[in-house]
Amino acid sequence: MNFDPSHSKRSFSSVGTRPIRPDGVDKVTGRARYGADFNMPGQLVGRILRSPHAHAIIRKIDTSKAAQLPGVKAVLTAADLPDLTNGDAAMYDILDNCMARKKALYDGHAVAAVAAIDARTAKQALKLIEVEYELLPHVTDVDQAFAPDAPLINDTIFTTGVDPKPDRPSNVSMRSQFGHGDVDAGMARADFVVERTFKTEQTHQGYIEPHACVANVCSDGTADLWVCTQGHFVYRQHCAELLGMDASKLRVTSSEIGGGFGGKTHVWAEPVALALSRKAGRPVKLVMTRDEVFRASGPTSATSIDVKIGALKDGTIIAADATLRYSCGPYAGAWAEVGAMTAFACYKLENVRTVGYEVLVNRPKTAAYRAPSAPMAAFAVESAIDELAKKVGMDPVDFRIRNAAQEGTKASYGPVYGPIGIGPTLEAVKNHPHMKAPLGKNQGRGMACGFWFNFGGQTCTDLNIGIDGTVSLAVGTVDVGGSRASLSLVAAEELGIDYSQVRTVIADTSTLGYNDMTDGSRGTFSSSMATISAARNAIKILRERAAQMWDIPVEDVTWEKGHAVAKGETHGNLPKLSLKEIAAASGTTGGPIAGHSEIVADGAGVSFATHICDIEVDPETGATKVLRYTVVQDAGKAVHPTYVEGQYQGGAAQGIGWALNEEYIYGKDGRLQNAGFLDYRIPVCSDLPMIDTQILEIPNPNHPYGVRGVGETSIVPPLAAVANAVSNAVGVRMLHIPMSPPRILAALEA
Amino acid sequence: MMVGIAVSTNINGDNAEFLCHADETLLDVLRDRLGLMGAKEGCGTGDCGACSIILDDRLVCSCLVLGAEAEGRRIETVEGMAQGDQLHPLQQKFLEHAALQCGICTPGFLIAAKDLLAKNPDPTEEEIRFGLAGNLCRCTGYDKIVRAVQDAAGVMRGA
Repeated sequence: MNFDPSHSKRSFSSVGTRPIRPDGVDKVTGRARYGADFNMPGQLVGRILRSPHAHAIIRKIDTSKAAQLPGVKAVLTAADLPDLTNGDAAMYDILDNCMARKKALYDGHAVAAVAAIDARTAKQALKLIEVEYELLPHVTDVDQAFAPDAPLINDTIFTTGVDPKPDRPSNVSMRSQFGHGDVDAGMARADFVVERTFKTEQTHQGYIEPHACVANVCSDGTADLWVCTQGHFVYRQHCAELLGMDASKLRVTSSEIGGGFGGKTHVWAEPVALALSRKAGRPVKLVMTRDEVFRASGPTSATSIDVKIGALKDGTIIAADATLRYSCGPYAGAWAEVGAMTAFACYKLENVRTVGYEVLVNRPKTAAYRAPSAPMAAFAVESAIDELAKKVGMDPVDFRIRNAAQEGTKASYGPVYGPIGIGPTLEAVKNHPHMKAPLGKNQGRGMACGFWFNFGGQTCTDLNIGIDGTVSLAVGTVDVGGSRASLSLVAAEELGIDYSQVRTVIADTSTLGYNDMTDGSRGTFSSSMATISAARNAIKILRERAAQMWDIPVEDVTWEKGHAVAKGETHGNLPKLSLKEIAAASGTTGGPIAGHSEIVADGAGVSFATHICDIEVDPETGATKVLRYTVVQDAGKAVHPTYVEGQYQGGAAQGIGWALNEEYIYGKDGRLQNAGFLDYRIPVCSDLPMIDTQILEIPNPNHPYGVRGVGETSIVPPLAAVANAVSNAVGVRMLHIPMSPPRILAALEA
Repeated sequence: MMVGIAVSTNINGDNAEFLCHADETLLDVLRDRLGLMGAKEGCGTGDCGACSIILDDRLVCSCLVLGAEAEGRRIETVEGMAQGDQLHPLQQKFLEHAALQCGICTPGFLIAAKDLLAKNPDPTEEEIRFGLAGNLCRCTGYDKIVRAVQDAAGVMRGA
């Protein structure tokens, strides 16, 4: 890239302040438009028919009665979505997940769709579609699916990453391995060893806004898609590929997004809505019900993880070993691989090995969920570390400090760390008043650490200066939680103007270059880097214009606090020119002034957090109450500290829900039994205490302001922090998440 | 065939008339027939509170009320909270405390908090937490929402 992204020490005037977000008033007055808040003239209502079976061959689909129902304008099956994926296995899986082709692979798998004049007619039409299924044996549990005699889900899956290649298919799509040193020799030297098997259940991201879109395909081959998504450019690419369109002909506009957490990074209904619109010749609005959201979208992996860690008497971890089995739904994934990479990332280890297995199950296709795969691995490892600290006879914080990774440590997944925050978060926790607060009867305290890579990716921004000197910033990363505020702050900082003079918008796919989606905690990290670069390009032009206005060489013009300043003995007495004055003259100095930036935002700094949790367990009912919770996390540089705190608190709350309540419950028939917010219970206001936060700032050397991503790491430690707290309260090691009342009672009685 | 039911009601102080089917929810009427999209459908089963409205001084999920039941009633929605360009103290405090991230639950929380403070102008933290327990938020962990409501309650009491 043509600008230097390295961190330089500087003082800030805008960055680090806490202004009100630019999209705030619309959101508190009900005017903000989310996925379902958009309509088009003549639009139809789309609906999807879903398989009630976990695993079945689709023998025949008869849509004739539905098509004849008055008011039905299009009926669609997989036959209307020909395979255009040209051998791209990942795209084929997406296509098959959008509309089952030969087999229904989970309860909720789409098998047909209709577009009709209203919801009532569409619902009636679904009932008239006749599907003939041939039921197959199914498997929904990760350990059962891993077993050699399990029902086979896909006979083209042969485990990759093993040598020699297996001679028969299985439900294990990939084996991956990371680490260094000699784990077996290290373990043999250990004075203390902890060996445990842990299990976590499948959870859903639980965004409150169901997936929604409005698709409009015109007879001239152009199309528009309005959709709630974390990545409209990625959705455009996927939809265009699946439907055989040029990407440029499809304009995708991202609505306000009502939560995503990784769950709105994959197309489900959008290609179907576009295909329905194409077939019907009218716009189609397709909104999932909550039941569909649970059955067909989202979920994270269920896992089963073996951990073995050995330590010397002096508290040094001498060997660490883990085998991780992650469910990926009925399609190949790379979730265990990520879990295997993150498992021991917090520690400085001589001998470490992690092995991951991707396991196919008859459940929905696994999607990313905030630091995907890391929380489960952290639960297993941080639980075992806590137990090991006790065996060694050390305080759990001191034990972790002794073994924490540092700058220069070779990470268990390969790279060598730069400046990192794991040690500082542990020191902050050690000194935090929370650690010294007294505990009562049936109460326990736990702490745990967490790691996430963070991501940069392709990013593009346009910074346009109006002739009145105010600034429009167009970015391509969807704003999931306040990034328009942080990016306005960054533009204001770099240009040296007031926050109120910048308006940031999310541009649609036809008005800005390609952007990767808002994932990997990259929204503010990558778009702020591109914004700084764009602002510096604009400042270069502003300096040239000022030089022209003064008729002096551009080398004699600097940019200071929103003004062009002439330097040197000859020109030093010229009165400075404001951005406003230079912009006003643009008509006579060369035209509109703008700065653009197209970058790959490399160098996302890794992120660490340490959490503390106090809980109370009711020994009669097994119910658990979180009494106090503290998050300490490195932000690199907090651009808008209030929204950074919000990310810390939100991740902690999701992790607490995962630890205590949330799980997909499947019956023996392979059907999901709790596809609603009543029975899949996410934390409510009365379940939680205030969540204290402490922001540490260890600058990321690869970002001009030192920024690191902050969105995901906060969900990594809570499973383990809560489990350690419960284990300390009840005196029994908790091995199975969520620690629902029945599981706690069972553990107490065991 | 369904025949529409004529309904006459009052929404945010203005009279409103509409035709709806017998099985049509008030939420669908507000959103699809009257263009009031502040109330959101998060679940359609009364579990998430995103569609909260006040019906004759009672907090309800509009997805659990039929449109026909609005006959002769008084409805308050998020669109009626601000007076002109003057935000309601709850709206202002939600902005100042960053009590929203994605914002999809915000209209429901504002309405539920308005109802809570009308009945209990000086609630404890626990009363706020239980008063808002029918509204799901997946982004914030509720911390900043509780603080915004506490702060707004003080402003509204003139404290």
